Amino acid sequence: MERKTKIHAEDGKQELVITREFDLPLDLLFTAYTEPGIVEQWMGTKVLKLENKKHGSYQFVTTDPKGNKYGFNGVIHEFSPNRKITRTFEMENTPFGVQLEFLEFEQLTGDTSLLTMHVVYRSVELRDQILKLPFAQGINMAHNRIQDIVNKLK
Amino acid sequence: MNLRRDVFQSLADPTRSAILLILSSQTMTAGAIASNFDTARPTVSKHLQILTACELLDQEQNGREIYYHINAKKMKEVADFIEPFRKMWDDRFNKLETIMKKYKSKK
Repeated sequence: MERKTKIHAEDGKQELVITREFDLPLDLLFTAYTEPGIVEQWMGTKVLKLENKKHGSYQFVTTDPKGNKYGFNGVIHEFSPNRKITRTFEMENTPFGVQLEFLEFEQLTGDTSLLTMHVVYRSVELRDQILKLPFAQGINMAHNRIQDIVNKLK
Repeated sequence: MNLRRDVFQSLADPTRSAILLILSSQTMTAGAIASNFDTARPTVSKHLQILTACELLDQEQNGREIYYHINAKKMKEVADFIEPFRKMWDDRFNKLETIMKKYKSKK
């Protein structure tokens, strides 16, 4: 299987870079990040608030099958349509604290685009913990993720 | 690859995932871990036993208390943990792509 999504995480650094090429024109890729109804679909979360502007903020809540709720929120520092979003991201009620995200959107061809997501954590240790505990992205999502892996191994 | 399967099965439980999450930033006693859950304490103990058996957790006796902490080495050995992280984002982005392709054709 082709690895469209790439993670670049250098040893001993408190940051990582996620890149992904999409078979989508740039404006459609950007829309997926700004339309609450669409964000809800691909992130599998409920969007309580999404203010696409400088000084704006966002708030998501995800409910797992057992009814447990997981909150996510952040503040938008820079919003440049079809180009860039700089924001913070925080998983509520976890020891991970806040991370800084630089999202850059680029057109490759008329029908393809590139997303570069540069994430900066408070420390190297924290980044490594999050990488080692991928389910930390949402215990429920991770649970599903791990379940998928388990099913494949069976 | 039995060990690997056991480890993933061990992880494939929300309480156990949550225990690892809690222990990712600190070392704790069983009692302190259990206080984070509504589940009965013996149930939490069972989960701790499973995680310890898979060597995902280490136990350390300190006086009368047993402290639990994550076995980082094992976690690293078990799998390339970047891969599940990458896969999670890949799945999300695949979904995004599918949704936006439909969105485009509706327009």
